[in-house]
Amino acid sequence: MSIETDRLLERVQSDPQFHELVRRRSRLAWLLTALMIVIYFGFVLTIAYNKEFLAQSLSGGVTTVGIPVGLGVILSAFVLTGIYVARANTAFDDLTKQIIERLKK
Amino acid sequence: MMRCDTLPRASLALAAVALSSVSAHADAISVSGKSDLNIEAIAMFLLFVIATLGITKWAAGRTKSASDFYAAGGGITGFQNGLAIAGDYMSAASFLGISALVFANGYDGLIYSVGWLVGWPIVLFLIAERLRNLGKYTFADVAAFRFQATPIRILSAVGTLVVVAFYLIAQMVGAGKLIETLFGLDYLYAVILVGLLMIVYVAFGGMVATTWVQIIKACLLLGGATFMALMVLAKFNFSPEAMFQRATEIHPNGSSIMEPGALVKDPISTISLGLALMFGTAGLPHILMRFFTVSDAKAARKSVFYATGFIGYFYILTFIIGFGAITLLLQDPAYFKPGAVPGPNGSFSPADMIGSGNMSAVHLSNALGGSLFLGFISAVAFATILAVVAGLTLAGATAVSHDLYASVIARGRANEYHEVRLSKMAAVAIGLLAIFLGYVFEKQNVAFMVGLAFAIAASCNFPVLAMSIFWKGTTTRGALIGGFLGLLSATLMVIVSPQVWETTLGYPKGSALFPYDNPALFSMTIAFAGIWLFSITDRSRTADGERAAFDAQYVRSETGIGASGAAAH
Repeated sequence: MSIETDRLLERVQSDPQFHELVRRRSRLAWLLTALMIVIYFGFVLTIAYNKEFLAQSLSGGVTTVGIPVGLGVILSAFVLTGIYVARANTAFDDLTKQIIERLKK
Repeated sequence: MMRCDTLPRASLALAAVALSSVSAHADAISVSGKSDLNIEAIAMFLLFVIATLGITKWAAGRTKSASDFYAAGGGITGFQNGLAIAGDYMSAASFLGISALVFANGYDGLIYSVGWLVGWPIVLFLIAERLRNLGKYTFADVAAFRFQATPIRILSAVGTLVVVAFYLIAQMVGAGKLIETLFGLDYLYAVILVGLLMIVYVAFGGMVATTWVQIIKACLLLGGATFMALMVLAKFNFSPEAMFQRATEIHPNGSSIMEPGALVKDPISTISLGLALMFGTAGLPHILMRFFTVSDAKAARKSVFYATGFIGYFYILTFIIGFGAITLLLQDPAYFKPGAVPGPNGSFSPADMIGSGNMSAVHLSNALGGSLFLGFISAVAFATILAVVAGLTLAGATAVSHDLYASVIARGRANEYHEVRLSKMAAVAIGLLAIFLGYVFEKQNVAFMVGLAFAIAASCNFPVLAMSIFWKGTTTRGALIGGFLGLLSATLMVIVSPQVWETTLGYPKGSALFPYDNPALFSMTIAFAGIWLFSITDRSRTADGERAAFDAQYVRSETGIGASGAAAH
């Protein structure tokens, strides 16, 4: 790594706006991680402890509540990754770029 | 040898099968019987081979530097990488195994498939962008970023090679049996063919060829499965309720196929398997390696988003395909063994299917589109295997050349040319070893091996990676001891688990020392606790330096300043 890069890393490290940015992005990442864990383990523990809930008919037919719930877990994984990418690739990345540009001068 | 096809025979109450043992069955595919030569399938497969060899030739011409060989020069887009990740991850076993599980047990197949998806958001939120920002070609680059290179590279290379070995054996044995059934080719020839093709892709075409083989395979698999699911739904005027209605009428298990069955047993097993799947995905070397093929963190994030979408969509398709097999095949004697006797309502038992329940998706393709479509789906299954084993071989070869040779043996003084040449030799060696192991393990029960690979990835690779990225206090000593403790404890617990000790090794029932089939809950705890304990008690001078180096690593991991390949953009 070049000396310039080292100096830039040091400057960013002591920049309060950088820490605020990382705090916000990390909070979102850990929140979404927790959500995914709760959704998945909620699903399998419901199966372990309360099969009847998932086995009941959704609306009188043979389709059970378990079908939309299971598909919902799959969909939630996709939606959660979408939320993170939408936030991180726009607002957070723009902020990162601003901070770096400002400190490069 | 216990197989998927034995499941439906047992009543649901009796089939108290732990999630993990079923998981392993479906991922180490087992089919039986050798069929006649299938001309359409062979023609389409040859077409695939010729096309991919052409791509390999083109890729070989473009592969000049180490960066080209290991990381496709960082020139893959987020969308392409998302497809390639999906192609790297969706195995023939998940296509045939999950649809077989749905065919035999209905809803349990959906529960099972969900577990293989939920690791992807974790990869995105915690690992992907930091990996891209800190590393160059392997996850060891990241794990060793601020630590002593030699011990951490050795640990990561061992973690990589062990995971690759178990995963590869399971794939090779499954491939040999599947190809024997689909194409009428001898087991040994099938294994040799798979081994030679993967050597050619990797040794000549490196990451560029591997990526495109995976992308093409993902498109073929998603396209073929979409067509099948649409054809099935069309038979019921696109009403899932009508399809489920028909399935419950003719399936031997009746309406219980619409509810959770015996897949989830006790909470400890369930949580342990869930942890292995969730965090093991974030420790699979061939998957992590894919994040170095894109230009920056933005593209790395996008690739996981697309991959999650493709893989999730694929699991929904396999669920529909499984129900298609129930509704369209279960009363047709053409798909069941000659001696099989249908029940009173005219339905056969899923266990009596020709070639086992794992062939249900293949038989369904015949029922939906005739022998031409059967040939297409068979060729897709073969392509699927090739894409997965190529990714594994490349990851193993890179661990040997980039981690062991360049960093440990040559101590950073190796030139690129020698490093890449060694990587190609390693790919050849891994391929030959895989053929040999595929041959040796033909008659063995390899069902537990994919589960073991995930458990080790979750208990060694992931903890070392996560702790080096997130915790300032981690030191070389902590990472090294904790990582090896995770690796050893996971392996030992699997060996003395009921699934291996009793089912595979044949010791009497109840003699297994460890009561659960998946060790992740315990071995991950051991790994994290080990890293923490042996780090905080590390009072060496180098440890102080490693802690001090965290801040610069942290800024780089969060911003990408100084990241490899970033200068070009």
